Amino acid sequence: MAKGDPAVSSRGRRAAPRSRRAAATAEPELVQLLTPTGERIESATGPDGTEYRVDFTDEEYRGLYRDLVLVRKLDAEATALQRQGELGLWASLLGQEAAQVGSGRALRSQDMAFPTYREHGVLYCRGIDPIMPLGLFRGVDQGGWDPNEFKFNMYTIVIGAQTLHATGYAMGVHMDGKTGTEDGEAVIAYFGDGATSQGDVNEAFVWASVFNAPLVFFCQNNQYAISEPLERQTRVPLYRRAGGFGFPGVRVDGNDVLASYAVTRHALDNARLGQGPSLIEAYTYRMGAHTTSDDPTRYRIASEVEAWQAKDPIARMKAFLDKQQIADDAFFAEVDEQARAEAVHLRERVLELPDPAPVSMFDHVYPHGSPELDAQRARFSTYLESFEGSAH
Amino acid sequence: MSRIKEFNLPDLGEGLTEGEILAWLVKVGDVIELNQPIVEVETAKAAVEIPAKWAGEVRSIFHPEGSTVEVGTPIIAIDTDPGAGPVPESTTAAASADLPTPSAASLAAVQVAPAEGMVEPGLIGGVAPGGRTAVLVGYGPRNAPAKRRQRRDGPPRQPDTSPRPTGPAQVTTPAPVAPVAAAPVAAAPVAAAPVAPTVNGNGRVAGPVLAKPPVRKFAKDLGVDLATVTGSGPLGSITRADVQRAVDGSTAVAEPLAATSPATSAASFGADREQRIPVKGVRRLTAENMSRSAFTAPHVTEFLTVDVTRAMKALDRLRGRREWRDVRVSPLLLVAKAVLLAVRRHPMVNSTWAGDEIVVKEYVNLGIAAATERGLIVPNIKDAGRLTLRELADAMTGLVQTAKAGRTSPADMSGGTLTITNVGVFGVDTGTPILPPGESAILAFGAVREMPWVHKGKVKPRQVTTLGLSFDHRIIDGELGSKFLRDIGDFLADPEAALLAWT
Repeated sequence: MAKGDPAVSSRGRRAAPRSRRAAATAEPELVQLLTPTGERIESATGPDGTEYRVDFTDEEYRGLYRDLVLVRKLDAEATALQRQGELGLWASLLGQEAAQVGSGRALRSQDMAFPTYREHGVLYCRGIDPIMPLGLFRGVDQGGWDPNEFKFNMYTIVIGAQTLHATGYAMGVHMDGKTGTEDGEAVIAYFGDGATSQGDVNEAFVWASVFNAPLVFFCQNNQYAISEPLERQTRVPLYRRAGGFGFPGVRVDGNDVLASYAVTRHALDNARLGQGPSLIEAYTYRMGAHTTSDDPTRYRIASEVEAWQAKDPIARMKAFLDKQQIADDAFFAEVDEQARAEAVHLRERVLELPDPAPVSMFDHVYPHGSPELDAQRARFSTYLESFEGSAH
Repeated sequence: MSRIKEFNLPDLGEGLTEGEILAWLVKVGDVIELNQPIVEVETAKAAVEIPAKWAGEVRSIFHPEGSTVEVGTPIIAIDTDPGAGPVPESTTAAASADLPTPSAASLAAVQVAPAEGMVEPGLIGGVAPGGRTAVLVGYGPRNAPAKRRQRRDGPPRQPDTSPRPTGPAQVTTPAPVAPVAAAPVAAAPVAAAPVAPTVNGNGRVAGPVLAKPPVRKFAKDLGVDLATVTGSGPLGSITRADVQRAVDGSTAVAEPLAATSPATSAASFGADREQRIPVKGVRRLTAENMSRSAFTAPHVTEFLTVDVTRAMKALDRLRGRREWRDVRVSPLLLVAKAVLLAVRRHPMVNSTWAGDEIVVKEYVNLGIAAATERGLIVPNIKDAGRLTLRELADAMTGLVQTAKAGRTSPADMSGGTLTITNVGVFGVDTGTPILPPGESAILAFGAVREMPWVHKGKVKPRQVTTLGLSFDHRIIDGELGSKFLRDIGDFLADPEAALLAWT
């Protein structure tokens, strides 16, 4: 969807210097194109004066809504599978669908994404079968896939590590001369608010900045690093961190799929044109637990969750589609049914994921093996085969 | 392929071993959808709702609210094809004795007192008809939270298991633990057969035999079939030593028996002249419950030696009556009668400690310890206080015969309120019995011997026995316990007079 050029205009109008300093957690100045009640805002201006707008067709609007609903439903199914003992763990994206679908759909096919372990929505938007990461969470594989095939790096568990990987990759893209044109290549690195306190992320900021890497740092600020609230990460809004490293930063309403799309598309296009990195802070909220091993009621108050409930990314999109008569009840029902069917299909396939063969632990250690490893594999295979046909 | 599927409590966090059932969101008979929330469980990490893994109809709920359940233990059984009519015998998880894989719940959860240790009659725990006790099999009384919740809910919680109006009879078991307690029936063949190792230490029925690769190799090299070896390692896994023992003794078949009832089978010793019997299944659970009871309820034991010559004569007279001719009449019958009458005079002894309240029961489900090949089991006579002596005699005879035949039903073993352990049949004088979890008094009835006794001022040979009464000192003070025991003694000293005086 939204395959064509985005109607994002990026007039470099210099903004008046801001006098008021927003606290990190105060009601943020954010780019918003769709209000929580579903009102469209024609255009929004970023801190550097960039004007953001989108102009989607009705079909594209409906497509975004479909993405949001599907991503949420598949995520809920995975959570249920964990509760039923079929997954060891699951990191739910509930509440962050718009940030992921908006940014994921803003990627062009040649762009490369570096996810954390929560970017199921981005993965979906890349056209990847949602079962791909579930082997990792079921414990039947190592979560390895070919990043080049999918233009989507492997899920990274180590907090913030992927920002360095992305920086190196983006520097490579730049050195290969794949930037500077409209069809140039850009890279996006996902991370969270907690990761901004990591050394890796700050190093990535430095390197990406000074080497002018074609990289978009996409921070989903979901307000909590597991149980640690944002005010323990920063005294300034996260997007302003970028200024100190020498590249632009913008805060977008992460529950607004339209604004998330617009801001990301703009940043990616800047990167692919050779204008260097930028930071997007998608201001959102993790409605569920950090992972299925977490109990958020121990560190957040219910009223806070309720306040964010009112900003739900899907509800506002539905209200918009409804009000503008872009979609009717039949459409919404059809989307729900599709989501249900895909969730059941996903469930069935998860339950059928095969257990790995013991000898597979030798795979993927070296691309072409090694004498030492080959010998170990041979010994182990012989050992395993010696049991064939016996009850041992 | 069974259409009745049991859902095991999963590890809801990472590396958790147990969870507490906070609330059931469904009840037996409910038709549920896939992913419909069925139960709220609290673990060390979080309180979470578990969505149903299958659509269908709830057939059994194995654990009441407030109970703590081990990860891997079945908590609910769902009929995934409820429209298909009655469940064939072989797929009825709850009631089939020859279920190929005994409902894991069963073994995990059932506690059956073993043969040795006559002074510690176990009790198949369960929710008593009064509902409050909820001595959850295998886990003992977890009083505070469980009882608190139940009280808040008002009436005793039984909805879990209320018979479904339309279901096949065999699954409409009357007590929550019934499916669980199906184990004794199912357990017997398992324990006797060499496949016992597939029932691991937690009572879970494992598919493949558990053993580490070097142990497998070791067993293979020695030609030992792992399926015949009893595992003593974690989760019932087979260790190197287990394999070695199997080779040394070639007694792999005997071992499972030994593990279940060591007293009845010859010990087989390895080279080190030590035998290692895996603590698992029934033994483990019994141990757990006895320990819990012993260290939870402050026990006091009192003894009373009684001249029961008159009672023995009364028994003889009873036996001589025509209408009692075919009735089995034993001294235990009179002891039971004595206990029932004494309970009527001291109702407080027939009670349960429930954390912040004491539940006193008007009915007496009288547990009678019975030695069987599988070990000691303790079926109880429901509402025994209402029975006439003749009915009581018949009930006791039937109960013992059923137990010896190994056909004691789960319902017979659940809900006991007060127990008699007849250690006298083994020729010993008395003991200090441990209370079955959820009960407050237990009487040990010793051997009746002819002893020198001062009778009417002269030493004469008299029929004498010793009674040992253990009681929960939280509920029963020394005075009450003494009076209760004294009344039992008074009855046995002169049953006819006591009957005239008390009834």
